Amino acid sequence: MASVLGWASAALVLVGAFFFLAGTVGLLRFPDVYNRLHALTKADNVGLGFVVLGLILQAGSLLSAFKILLIWLLVLASGATAAHLVATAALRGGIKPWKHR
Amino acid sequence: MPELYLGVATFLLLNIMVGLIRILRGPTPPDRMLTAQLFGTTGVAILLLLASALSLPALTDVALVLALLGAVATVAFVLRAWHKPDLDGEEE
Amino acid sequence: MLSLFFDAVLALALPLLAWRVLTTRDLYRAVILFIAFGLLVALSWARLDAPDIALAEAAIGAGLTGALFLNTVGGLVGRKRSPSRESDESREVAERREAIQSSPGEPVDEVMRPWWVRLALTVPILALGLALGWAVVSFPEPAIDLAQQASDNLEASGVDHGVTAVLLNFRSYDTLLEIGVLLLAVVAVWSLDLGRVRGGQAALSKGLPVLHGLVRLLTPIMIIVGGYLLWAGAKQPGGAFQAGAVLGALGVLLVLSGLVRPPLSDGSGLRIGLAVGFAVFLGIGTAVMLATGELLNYPPASTYGLIIIIELFLTVSIALTLAALFVTAPPRKEQGSKEHSEEKGEES
Repeated sequence: MASVLGWASAALVLVGAFFFLAGTVGLLRFPDVYNRLHALTKADNVGLGFVVLGLILQAGSLLSAFKILLIWLLVLASGATAAHLVATAALRGGIKPWKHR
Repeated sequence: MPELYLGVATFLLLNIMVGLIRILRGPTPPDRMLTAQLFGTTGVAILLLLASALSLPALTDVALVLALLGAVATVAFVLRAWHKPDLDGEEE
Repeated sequence: MLSLFFDAVLALALPLLAWRVLTTRDLYRAVILFIAFGLLVALSWARLDAPDIALAEAAIGAGLTGALFLNTVGGLVGRKRSPSRESDESREVAERREAIQSSPGEPVDEVMRPWWVRLALTVPILALGLALGWAVVSFPEPAIDLAQQASDNLEASGVDHGVTAVLLNFRSYDTLLEIGVLLLAVVAVWSLDLGRVRGGQAALSKGLPVLHGLVRLLTPIMIIVGGYLLWAGAKQPGGAFQAGAVLGALGVLLVLSGLVRPPLSDGSGLRIGLAVGFAVFLGIGTAVMLATGELLNYPPASTYGLIIIIELFLTVSIALTLAALFVTAPPRKEQGSKEHSEEKGEES
């Protein structure tokens, strides 16, 4: 049973790491700030989410599992708000969305 | 299991290093700011992994503080620091 | 093995980042690199088994200092157009004109030095760096092991956490002076009359309700976490500085989002709050002289209670100090333009 949990945890953490990688690649490769925001929020929400799920499976106590979950929820809320604010500021600042030519 | 967590933490740290390119190249200030935001989230993940790998529960508190304050810099950037278009940046 | 690799990457990254922060000429880039630097420093403290400092660095280095610097950059950028800030029309025109003329974060230092000046500077700097490195490497074994002494006497300190014991009991005199320095910093900033330098609140049409939602969500959580860190300081990493930093960041968020007007106009309340930490610390420190005859030498029976009382008031003062440093305005003059810009933020 413990080893099943261990394997599941490892798999989830690795999936999370993949999303962080995808976020970083998107950050470097996407053409403008709005596209990059799109890549960034995947890493924020899904990447950290999978890492947190993986760690919760290994958490020693209910309390620490709850704390890790709370951290993810906080990052969800503040990450979404920050992305929204940056996009608003970029639009207001006159950065034009990229169009495929 | 601790080795895997440490490995993933190292991988995420390398992600941060590569992401620095986006801060250095910009081209616009919002690009740089959103990269810093991503670094904050990555830092939270690294701290959580380290807390579990090294059995240092105090690092979970560090991650909690980082998660709480992650948005403060971005909010200050949007509301106080960045007023107008960076025309030079768009030409790059 | 893996942890060694992790440390190696960190150790390589820190000097690289520090170099880029110092040499970059774009102000936005420098400040945002500095935020990333703060994050990596927090990770380093975590790896060095110093979670107390990692906590403080995560709160202050990666969060608050970044916001402070960004505020300053905004103020510097805004200063260029200050002559035309009075009326809306001319302000818009000036903004557009300046957007064409220059961009924020332009080089501030145009001096190009010839190669021989650089070389002449490089030699003594390298020598100093090598000398410092050698001094660190050749440290003698400490004749007195202070860390051992501190943990040996932990029971007498009244708390169960070594760092808190050192900060508030064994070396409380240092901490008292540090709090005094914090108070002096606010006085110094207020005496600079920075009202005109400030960038002012940018108009934000769509994002404000979302931001208000986030701040309303975070406010109770940040208060609870601040209280938790303060309470935790007695037996695990945490304490007044970390709690104060979290609550100070809350103050910054509340003022930034416009949910709370900076409490600068009425003065006295804020001033009492800023000074109360130092006053209580000093008051208790001298009051115990009646019992023990020594400054800051708490009577053994009541040590824990006194430390908790001091920490509680320190937290209030530290939080208010950090928030007040961010607002960076002298109490009286700033109020008018502050309200002005806030109203504009809501209207447009």
